Amino acid sequence: MQLIHCPWCGPREEVEFHYGGQAHIAYPEYPSALSDESWAHYVFFRDNTKGEFAERWSHSSGCRRWFNAVRDTRTYTFLKTYKIGEVAQ
Amino acid sequence: MSSERVDGSSRVDGYGRLDRSRTLRFTFDGQPYTGHPGDTIASALLANGVVVLGSSVKLGRSRGISASWTEDATGLIQIEEPFPEPMLLASAVELVDGMVVRGLNGQGRLAEVPDAARYDRRHHHVDTLVVGAGPAGLRAALAAARRGERVALIDDRPEAGGSLTGSETIDGRSSRHFVASVLADLAEYPDVLHLQRTTAFGHYDDGFVLALERRTDHLPATEAGNRSRQRVHRIRAQRVVVATGAHERPIVFADNDRPGIMLAASARDFLHRYGVLVGREVVLFTSHDGAYDTARDLAAAGASVTVVEARPQGPALEGVRAIPGARVIPGARVISTLADQEHQDGRIGAAVVIDAEGHEFFVNCDALLLSGGWNPTAHLFSHVRGALAYDSQLGAFKPAQSVPGTEVVGAAAGEGIQPGLVIWRVPGPRERQFVDVQRDSTVADIARAVGAGLRSVEHVKRYTTIGTAHDQGKTSGMIAAGITAELMNRPIEELGTTTFRPPYVPVAFAALAGRERGELFDPARKTALHEWHVKAGAVFEDVGQWKRARHYPKPGEDMEAAVLRECAAVRTGVGILDGSTLGKIDVQGPDAPALLDLMYTNMMSSLKVGSVRYGVMCGVDGMVIDDGTVVRLAEDRYMVITTTGGAAKILDWMEEWVQTEWPHLKVKLASVTEQWAVFPVVGPRSREVIGEVFGDLDVSNEAFGFMTWRDTELGGVPVRLARISFSGELAYEVNVNAWYAEAVWLKLLEAGAKHNITPYGTETMHVLRAEKGYPIIGQDTDGTVTPQDLGMGWAVSKKKPDFVGKRSFARAENQNPLRKQLVGLLPTDESTKLPEGSQIVEFAADGVLPAPPVPMLGHVTSSYRSAALGRPFALALLKGGRERIGDVVHVPVGEQLVAAQITSAVLVDPEGARRDG
Ligand SMILES: [Zn+2]
Repeated sequence: MQLIHCPWCGPREEVEFHYGGQAHIAYPEYPSALSDESWAHYVFFRDNTKGEFAERWSHSSGCRRWFNAVRDTRTYTFLKTYKIGEVAQ
Repeated sequence: MSSERVDGSSRVDGYGRLDRSRTLRFTFDGQPYTGHPGDTIASALLANGVVVLGSSVKLGRSRGISASWTEDATGLIQIEEPFPEPMLLASAVELVDGMVVRGLNGQGRLAEVPDAARYDRRHHHVDTLVVGAGPAGLRAALAAARRGERVALIDDRPEAGGSLTGSETIDGRSSRHFVASVLADLAEYPDVLHLQRTTAFGHYDDGFVLALERRTDHLPATEAGNRSRQRVHRIRAQRVVVATGAHERPIVFADNDRPGIMLAASARDFLHRYGVLVGREVVLFTSHDGAYDTARDLAAAGASVTVVEARPQGPALEGVRAIPGARVIPGARVISTLADQEHQDGRIGAAVVIDAEGHEFFVNCDALLLSGGWNPTAHLFSHVRGALAYDSQLGAFKPAQSVPGTEVVGAAAGEGIQPGLVIWRVPGPRERQFVDVQRDSTVADIARAVGAGLRSVEHVKRYTTIGTAHDQGKTSGMIAAGITAELMNRPIEELGTTTFRPPYVPVAFAALAGRERGELFDPARKTALHEWHVKAGAVFEDVGQWKRARHYPKPGEDMEAAVLRECAAVRTGVGILDGSTLGKIDVQGPDAPALLDLMYTNMMSSLKVGSVRYGVMCGVDGMVIDDGTVVRLAEDRYMVITTTGGAAKILDWMEEWVQTEWPHLKVKLASVTEQWAVFPVVGPRSREVIGEVFGDLDVSNEAFGFMTWRDTELGGVPVRLARISFSGELAYEVNVNAWYAEAVWLKLLEAGAKHNITPYGTETMHVLRAEKGYPIIGQDTDGTVTPQDLGMGWAVSKKKPDFVGKRSFARAENQNPLRKQLVGLLPTDESTKLPEGSQIVEFAADGVLPAPPVPMLGHVTSSYRSAALGRPFALALLKGGRERIGDVVHVPVGEQLVAAQITSAVLVDPEGARRDG
């Protein structure tokens, strides 16, 4: 079981967290202006990166805050975690 | 050192760390024996001359004890008393008085009585965890303690010291003295946790180690007290020091599976730890100097020892060449064995040796000891993906690269192991050369795997089952890899080894479960009225973690009869439901209206304070995820009501949007599900009941209209009433602080008594809502259903520029007129209750299901008997269903085709005349 570093609480057990998929996929500003295909890309398509991958996590059994993380999908290693709205350092 | 043999046994005086002043009694296969405190079952059996324990699982060949600790591949027993447990190792079970033990013939047998013992767990956070209390581990623990660290030192054996026998010297003093003084030093540090009988069985990410402590099995029943039997220690360490030593490696030859054949150091361990001399005439087959310690010690204890030395030049070190009482045959090999003639039970009687000149001869023996070298016990390093590399000097894999936070020291790192001649097997008949003795797997099996084209050791392992028994290949894994490489004629470095995976030793599920069994397995959520429901004879159902009253059968009633009665009471008089489990989210802040407009398909900002609106929530894909009512409490405050099962999910969902997409919105969310008890009072007589209980309130339709709410009070307790109906009947929802739930509930029952108020459960609630065509999200929907599919286009705003799911409604697929839509189904025989989940097919005029494939039109999602309709009915998702109302379709039920007419989903009171009373 990994230790995940919540930017608000510090290192906590993995079981306290929920995974939230790829990070930095913004909700489109004008969904109605998108073609069906562009909209489908927003709704259904995500990267499946081998290596460093930015993802969203929620400290659901802790402070209940969402945050972002960069994780190496080959080793599961968390390289960094950062608050919503911040940029990965 | 004295070496008198005790009469009638293999026990020798002057050896062993047992309390010989006390005698323990036990039985093995029905025969009474004795041992002493400090014995294992294995040492006590060997002391009593019991060599054969059982028979092998596949071939039925005799099996005995082949090692003195958990690496033993063969010495399996079944304990009958005091703790029934199958498939334990005689070498790893400490003897207690009164034990009833059986040898294992083939497979073990599970206990027939439940395990009454308690198991628990404990969490630790340390700077340094040291696994293994041998010399390397003791030194590492002491160094860490002296640095002021918080330290845990755990070791799997009953006492610290690892492979030290007590006959060595360390720093010029007896090794026993070394161990005792380190332990005494460690005891001075308050931040050092030291546990024996505790096996680290798994090492995971970020310094997380699971260890199992055996706490009571070694104690007399009177001393165990209230202690849990086993404890799982969950240890999080900054640094893990793996000091787990090494496992001795056997050598493979024909008939190498006989009882009496044992690892050499184990024979030495039996002597020094338990005072047991495993043989009087001992043959030791080895290829390295380290094994001569065993030859010397066993000879000193009175055994005659013949060393069959594979190296042509004999032992390398001067000191081991001349051992009194031992002869060394250099350049020789054991090629097979013969059974003992006297006992006729398959045990060892002689070793067949071939010497350097090629002469074959017998050496009679009652113990044949093997040592082909040592394999570093790198399991805990390997668990965290530490890379192992082959060391051709050792003939073994050892830790190669470093893993952050993990350090391997001592023999586990390959340190201090004397190199020798690496030899996996001697030539001979492959089908009699056992590699995994527990699995009865031989060199012939490996040859078959290689012959079948398998090229990976992982595949060979699975094909041959080598290394898959209780010992997980502790002694067989390395030789299996070596022999596979030989047979494939490839370097072992290229072939690699199989991956070590947790658990290192078998761990009982009971220990992993700990206290989380029975009632504590999963938390049960109970409403404030739970005890009342129990007393009222409710039958409960699980809804998520909630216990909900499903129906209240009267004597003689089954569920169907009870539900029909409860339904009729609600539609003709008045009923009351405990709806407290509905999810409730308090939404506050100036941007609460904006948030709810984005989350719901319909408009919530336009809802007036004092009013209630039904709403539907969708995912971004436009599929319905939940529904419920929204109560506007103030300009900046709403109460969002979710389904019982959706409560946590919807709070998460809304939080996710607020935090990740719209952090600029000034709004806060909090679950208040458990703070509010909710009782719908439902039926044409509900107004009279509510009017009587809340006398100050005008409950008329004019003053208190449908989908509005009012605050009032009852005996000083604030109460909120809402005109919400999930049945189509006139209904008032009574909301009250859960602490006052029972008092208010009883008041309602009291006032309702003259109207024969009927408590009803979730089953009746389901029937009543289905009669009105109200879907249950998750039962009538499955994540592929839009509001439009449910006939709820009216709940989808056309005014709002956007909300979650809106763009997906415009996708071409969501415009498809052949999408499945919610409809009603009435079986035309007016008697069949269609099973939920049944498929729907086109009507077959001849009443025969056509040959497959039969186009499936949809399926039944809900199905009940209706008191109001006097017949069964169903809800269904049906392709293009709303255009087909009036058609008759077929529903296959078993071998029958049941005809059913498609109707609107609303079957009772379609004009909505009943809701205002
Ligand atoms: Zn947190």
